[in-house]
Amino acid sequence: MRTHAKTARTAWLIVGGLVAFMLLLAGCGSSDDDSTGNELQKVGKGEGQLNLISWAGYVEPEWTEPFEKKTGCKVNNKIAGTSDEMVQLMRSGQYDGVSASGNASARLVDGGDVDPVNVDLVPNYETIFADLKDQPYNTFDGVNYGIPHGRGANLLMWNTNDVKPAPTSWDVILDPEKAAEYKGKISAYDDPIYIADAAVYLKAHQPDLGIENPYELNEEQFEAAVNLLEEQRPFVGEYWSEAAKQISAFAGGDSEVGTTWQYQYFELQGAGKPVAASPASQGFLPSEGATGWSDTWMLSSQAEHPNCMYMWMDWIVEPKVNAQVAEYFGEAPAQSLACDQTADKEFCTKYHADNPGFWKRVYYWETPLADCGDGSEDCMDYNDWVQAWTTIKG
Amino acid sequence: MATEAVAERRSVGHRLAGLFNGRPRLQVGALLAGPIGWLVIGYLGSLAVLLVAAFWTVDPLSGEVVRGLSFENFQTLFDEPVYRDIVGRTVLIAALVTVTDAILAFPIAFYMAKVASRRGKAILVVAVLLPLWSSYLVKVYSWRTMLSTDGVINWALEPFGLHGPGFGSTAVWLVMSYLWLPYMILPIYAGLERIPNSLISASEDLGASPFTTFRRVILPLVFPAVVAGSIFTFALTLGDYITPRLVSNDQFIGNVIFNNITNNLPFASALALVPIVVMIAYLLVARRLGAFEHI
Repeated sequence: MRTHAKTARTAWLIVGGLVAFMLLLAGCGSSDDDSTGNELQKVGKGEGQLNLISWAGYVEPEWTEPFEKKTGCKVNNKIAGTSDEMVQLMRSGQYDGVSASGNASARLVDGGDVDPVNVDLVPNYETIFADLKDQPYNTFDGVNYGIPHGRGANLLMWNTNDVKPAPTSWDVILDPEKAAEYKGKISAYDDPIYIADAAVYLKAHQPDLGIENPYELNEEQFEAAVNLLEEQRPFVGEYWSEAAKQISAFAGGDSEVGTTWQYQYFELQGAGKPVAASPASQGFLPSEGATGWSDTWMLSSQAEHPNCMYMWMDWIVEPKVNAQVAEYFGEAPAQSLACDQTADKEFCTKYHADNPGFWKRVYYWETPLADCGDGSEDCMDYNDWVQAWTTIKG
Repeated sequence: MATEAVAERRSVGHRLAGLFNGRPRLQVGALLAGPIGWLVIGYLGSLAVLLVAAFWTVDPLSGEVVRGLSFENFQTLFDEPVYRDIVGRTVLIAALVTVTDAILAFPIAFYMAKVASRRGKAILVVAVLLPLWSSYLVKVYSWRTMLSTDGVINWALEPFGLHGPGFGSTAVWLVMSYLWLPYMILPIYAGLERIPNSLISASEDLGASPFTTFRRVILPLVFPAVVAGSIFTFALTLGDYITPRLVSNDQFIGNVIFNNITNNLPFASALALVPIVVMIAYLLVARRLGAFEHI
């Protein structure tokens, strides 16, 4: 009995000591991530390695192998599924660069995870489409933080056997009365950023709310968007965040209409499934416009191979390569000269690459911040979006 | 000279051997230092960090973690009804899965331990272990395919005018019960193996009906093993977030932790403490029920 008590006491001492030790560690840990912004002035010799984080389809052997041969930088790629995952991976400090969407870029800049990019060292930057330069998701306080990669819009996709006539508006999944018709068959993107899709819809259908930017929502506008999605909730068959999950849902008849990316649309079409998305005659977009993305290659502030990263950022917007990437992924290239290099000569026209008017109706993903863009702090920040998303899904 | 050098070299090993010789505590200490260090730093250490992080907050403007003592995260957890629903749903499904697995596992384990021939026993053990050799994701995706509208379950039920459960909480319950069944069968099987057949014969000789024998002799003896198995099924269900993501729209504790982890690590930590608290309570009850007496 006595030895038992003694063992127990020793055990408690160990646990107590450990907790104290951890508290000490936690208290001492300091965050010294003030990026001093020591931009590279000249691209030197490659370091032999390059560690990237990218969206699926952005870093493929067709264009990494010639890059490796040319520069001697061996490309190691890590694919991320969501912007949150990208931010998390970048914070590990083990990567040189990332193909960040707008809902990651501001967070990366704020967190000091990325460094400014000296665009003078990227010769191909000059001929990038003007409406992609100096945008709020790649330029902060007048400082460039990356090289535009390409852009696209999120699509409305439907099963042509089940959804008739072909929808021309997001109301088919967002207007409760119309959505009820496809109860249990609606597919929605499983991410807090999906609240912006509701905001785009409300911008068109409830102008009195005064929504300008679907990512800068004050409390009233935000409530309205959240309410709309709560009304949509009972009709949603499935929320997806993995592309494979949505593909299997459309292929297996579980989903009939919903929001998607080019990738899933092409995969399903390739597999002979009866799916359609807003056709060219409607400008590829439902009447309200759509959310979308414009991605930027950013340079990690802890990059171990900055020279290789600079060479990569120039390579990926090289006309031929950028055309390859854009056609492979199904998005509009960022490089204006890429349009002459595409295998499908109509590609740039189809994807509106050189049609700035089209992109006015596409709302690229941004990180929601408390700052409404006019200096007031009345907007709901990303934390509120995450919490609201949990509540919407219930 | 040369022999001296050899002696010198030898003496390191010798001295080390001498150090351990006749000191059993030192021997055991050296042997256990690695695994215990791993356990203490890798497991308990990370738990301690989690506990501490739950009291931090995130600055709403910069998104930076503010290190200080705050109960804000716990306040949110208690005040927002959605988190209560999610915790309730997770614990309920975990309990249902545990009960289902116990009911399914008992007859299988009993057959394996008491009825099957030696050869049959070996085949059954392999059959129970076999699903564990294939990837978790493959199994969950297979279930996803089977449960889908055009899937095999609906196809098989259609002639009877019935429908499968589709995706949802029922699907989560089904898939989890399938996934964790081996973890329930094996402890019960081991528990039943330990019951001497003579006890069952004695009970019959004394005139007890098979049901009474089961209720008064077998069940009390094997109950600790059932509780031990239930710890696995309960804990595994409590922590899983991929199955709910793939076969339902319902959020479980793990899903919400996953959603918050990049943006609000302190809140994710606070949420992660919930299953830990539930599990501690569960283990205390299990200890009361004698689950650890034979370990």
